[in-house]
Amino acid sequence: MEFEPYTIAKSSQMNIGTLSGLLTAQIVCNNDQLHREIEYGFASDLMSDVLTLDTDKVVLLTGLANIQAIRTAEMSDISCVVFVRNKKASAEMIRVAQESGIVLLEFTGTMFKAVSILSQAGIKPVY
Amino acid sequence: MQFEFNIEGGDFTNAGTASSQVKKILKQLNVLPTDIKRIVVSLYEAEVNVVAHAYRGNILVEISPEKVVLILTDEGPGIPDISQAMQSGYSTASPHVREMGFGAGMGLPNIQKNADDLKIESEVGKGTRLEIIINLYKP
Repeated sequence: MEFEPYTIAKSSQMNIGTLSGLLTAQIVCNNDQLHREIEYGFASDLMSDVLTLDTDKVVLLTGLANIQAIRTAEMSDISCVVFVRNKKASAEMIRVAQESGIVLLEFTGTMFKAVSILSQAGIKPVY
Repeated sequence: MQFEFNIEGGDFTNAGTASSQVKKILKQLNVLPTDIKRIVVSLYEAEVNVVAHAYRGNILVEISPEKVVLILTDEGPGIPDISQAMQSGYSTASPHVREMGFGAGMGLPNIQKNADDLKIESEVGKGTRLEIIINLYKP
């Protein structure tokens, strides 16, 4: 039996608006920041891992819907956070995200599904 | 230039507010974004450590054209073995801290990675003092 050759999607940048469209995600706040470019993706519920990144243009996919996820994005210069597994951003999380211009997206599917969609579209892993 | 902030132990809702304010100040001072990130990531990790482990603490931020010095002093249980605490993956964090996305034993090693100098002094049963120095880029 022959396997289909595994191909890596051509890497590309996209803006947050395009990314949210691919995921058919709900845009929670900062609609005026959808033009910002994303090149890399990082998926984690562990904020300690996120804080070790020194890559720019990163989208964070996480199931950790709390204020520290927003603070971590703020300190790490992450301009877009996608909450997976239908997690919802609280009013306080939205307030802090608005202060820092971080776009929050809510995605109803799993982390794996979100990663698959973005990976196929050319979003690269950080390492 | 000097700024001072207080930290309340266990208050995860407000953990990071001091780091957030320092980030705004550094942006206003036109500090290089890569330097800002090293400073605020170090400060945030240290701030979360105080919230996670201590009863209360204090942050002193000294900004000069050459460097930023962050001094965090806390009243808390202290660190019995600093070299063990510096090892990646070692943590004494509670399940609650882990639920917040921390407590993986990565904080102190990450501060060391971002800082140009890190000094830790600790006394068991009294508290811990961290001095973090980050040199600013000079073109």
